[in-house]
Amino acid sequence: MYVAVKGGEAAIDAAHRLLAERRRGDPAVPELSVPQIREQLALAVDRVMTEGALYDVDLAALAIKQARGDLVEAIFLLRAYRTTLPRLATSEPVDTATMRIARRISATFKDLPGGQILGATFDYTHRLLDFALAAENASPPAVAPVRTIPAEAMPRVTDLLDTEGLIEAPETARTAAPVDITRSPPTYPAPRDQRLQALARGDEGFLLAMAYSTQRGYGHSHPFAAEIRQGQVSIEIVPPELGFAITIGEIAVTECHMVNQFKGNEAAPPQFTSGYGIAFGGAERKAMAMALADRALRAREFGEEITAPGQDDEFVLSHSDNVEASGFVQHLKLPHYVDFQSELDLLRRLREGWNTRREAAE
Amino acid sequence: MTATAERLSGGYNFAYLDEQTKRMIRRALLKAVAVPGYQVPFAGREMPLPYGWGTGGIQVTASIIGPDDRLKVIDQGSDNTTNAVSIRRFFAKTTGVAVTTRTADATVIQSRHRIPETSLRAGQIMVFQVPIPEPLRWLEPRETVTRRMHAEADYGLMYVKLYEDIARMGRITTAYDYPVMIHGRYLMRPSPIPRFDNPKLDRSPALMLFGAGREKRIYALPPHTPVKSLDFDDHPFTVERWSQRCQRCGSADSFLDEIVMDDRGTRRFVCSDTDYCDGRLAPQAP
Repeated sequence: MYVAVKGGEAAIDAAHRLLAERRRGDPAVPELSVPQIREQLALAVDRVMTEGALYDVDLAALAIKQARGDLVEAIFLLRAYRTTLPRLATSEPVDTATMRIARRISATFKDLPGGQILGATFDYTHRLLDFALAAENASPPAVAPVRTIPAEAMPRVTDLLDTEGLIEAPETARTAAPVDITRSPPTYPAPRDQRLQALARGDEGFLLAMAYSTQRGYGHSHPFAAEIRQGQVSIEIVPPELGFAITIGEIAVTECHMVNQFKGNEAAPPQFTSGYGIAFGGAERKAMAMALADRALRAREFGEEITAPGQDDEFVLSHSDNVEASGFVQHLKLPHYVDFQSELDLLRRLREGWNTRREAAE
Repeated sequence: MTATAERLSGGYNFAYLDEQTKRMIRRALLKAVAVPGYQVPFAGREMPLPYGWGTGGIQVTASIIGPDDRLKVIDQGSDNTTNAVSIRRFFAKTTGVAVTTRTADATVIQSRHRIPETSLRAGQIMVFQVPIPEPLRWLEPRETVTRRMHAEADYGLMYVKLYEDIARMGRITTAYDYPVMIHGRYLMRPSPIPRFDNPKLDRSPALMLFGAGREKRIYALPPHTPVKSLDFDDHPFTVERWSQRCQRCGSADSFLDEIVMDDRGTRRFVCSDTDYCDGRLAPQAP
C-alpha cells in the first residue's frame, strides 16, 4: 500500500472546514460580531492596523475575527489585502501639532502649556483582575464630557525645545518623494524614511525587546519621554486639479518623541537628539518602543560606536517584520523530505568514513 | 482577461497581481536573464500565502503565466503534497489556466526542492521557490558585504569552507542547495534542490527562473547556460546514491524518498518524482 503522496487535496479541504468550526467555538455561545471586536477589543484593532499598515477599523476587526484572535495572523490578512489596493493619492505630512488631543503627557516638564492630560490609560491602574467585568451588562461609570483643548494651546515639547535651539532642528520639507518600502526593495544603510516606515510596520514585541536592550546597556541610550500625545489628526491631500490641500478624513494616532543627549561635534553644538515613534490608535507601547529603536539606529549618523544589535539597522530592520518572520519560521512545517534525504545520505556516508578510519586506526 | 478567468478570480486581476507589479517583476526577470546568476533586487509584494511558502516563485509565475499556459506545481517532487496543491489551486482560481501533473505537458513548472526526472525541453520554464538566495549567507550575514563580494567575484571564502569540510570530515558536507558557478562568473544557490538535481541545471534547454519573495531577489539561468557545481580536482562533486531501486516502478536512476514503514528499521524507497514514477507504471500515449 502506497499512501505517502496522496490525499493532500482532501486533507486541506477537511482542515479548512475544521478551522471554520473551531473559529465559531461552542454554538451555544453567541457569535462575536465585527462591531463588538472593533469597539471592545480596540487596542487589538489598533495593533493590527499599525503593523498591517492599513487604517481601517472594520477590516482590522474582521481580520481579528477571522484569525481567531491571532493578531500576527490578522496582521498578515490585512497586509495581503492592502497590497492589492490602488494608490489613489499621497497625503500631505500629518501635522501632529494640530492634533485633537485625547491624551498628552511629558516626562520632561512638570507643567507646560496645555498641561498633562492622562486620558484613558492603564497607567496607575492596579493590575487586579476585575471580577465585576465577568458579569455582563455592567455599565461603565459615568465620565465627565471631555473638554476640547484648542491645538494651539498645546504645542509639542520638541517645538518648545527647538525655540531655544536645544534640540536638533526638525528635518525641513524635503523635495524628493519619500521611499515606499512596499514598492522598492530595502537598501542598507537605511535612509531615514525607509527606517521609519519599517519600524512603523515592525512587530511590537520585537521592537519592544530591541528598545529594552538599548536601555540595558546594549548600545548606550539615555532617553527621556519628551512627549507622548494621542488623538485625532487630519489627513490632507492636494488634488492636482485643485492645487490646494483638502481634508479627506481623520485618523487616531499615538506619537512619541524621545530625547537623548548628544555631545555635539565641530559642525553641531551639544544638543538633544530625538527618536521618533508613531502608531495608529492607542498603540502607545509600540510608539515608545519605536522611538527608542529609531534613536538607537541613528548611531552611525551621530558618529556613535556601533556595538549592539539595537544600533545595527541591517539587523533590526531585516528582522522586524512579523509577517516575514512568521512565514519563514513556520515554513519549517512544510515537507522537507528531499533535503532531509540528502542529509541522511550524507550522514550515512560520513559515518561510513568515520568507521573506516577508526577501524584502520585500531 | 477572459470572462471565465474573471469569474474564477473573484474580482482580482488575472494571476492575482496587478499589471504594474507584473511589469516590474518582468523587468527584474529580463535583467536576471541578461546577467545569469546575478541576484536582482525587486519590490516583492505581500502575497495571500505566507512568506517562506513560495511567495517568490508565485510572483514569478504570476508575472509570466498567460491564458494558454499549462501549469504544473510540485513540492518535494510531488504534485500532491499540501503546499503544491495549495499553490496549484491558487493559480487555477486566479487564472483559470489548465493545470497538469505531467512534466512533458507543462509549459510552466513551479517547484520547491526538485527538478523533474523527465528531461525538460526548449520552451518550458522552471520556476523555483527560493528561501535564501545568497550563496554566501552562512559565511557572511550582511547583505551589504555579500553584494560587494559578488561584485568582485570574491568567492575564496566559499572554497575555504568546502576545503575545511574535507579537512575535518573527509568530504564536502553540503547535502542540498549545493553552490554552483554560473558561466564562470556568479556564484549561485540553486535553491534547496538535492545535489542529485544540480547536473540537470547545466546547459538545460529550459529557462530557469528563481524567485525569493521574502528576500526580494530574482535570478535566472537562460537556456543552455553552463552551470558548474563547485568541487576540487581531487574531490569531485558527487550526487546522492541508493543501493535500492524504486520499490514502486523499479527505477534505478531517480531520486528516492525513504519511507519509514515500522519502528524496526524497515524502510521503503520510492521515487520522489511522482509523475515520473506513475508514468513508468502506466505509460500514457504520447
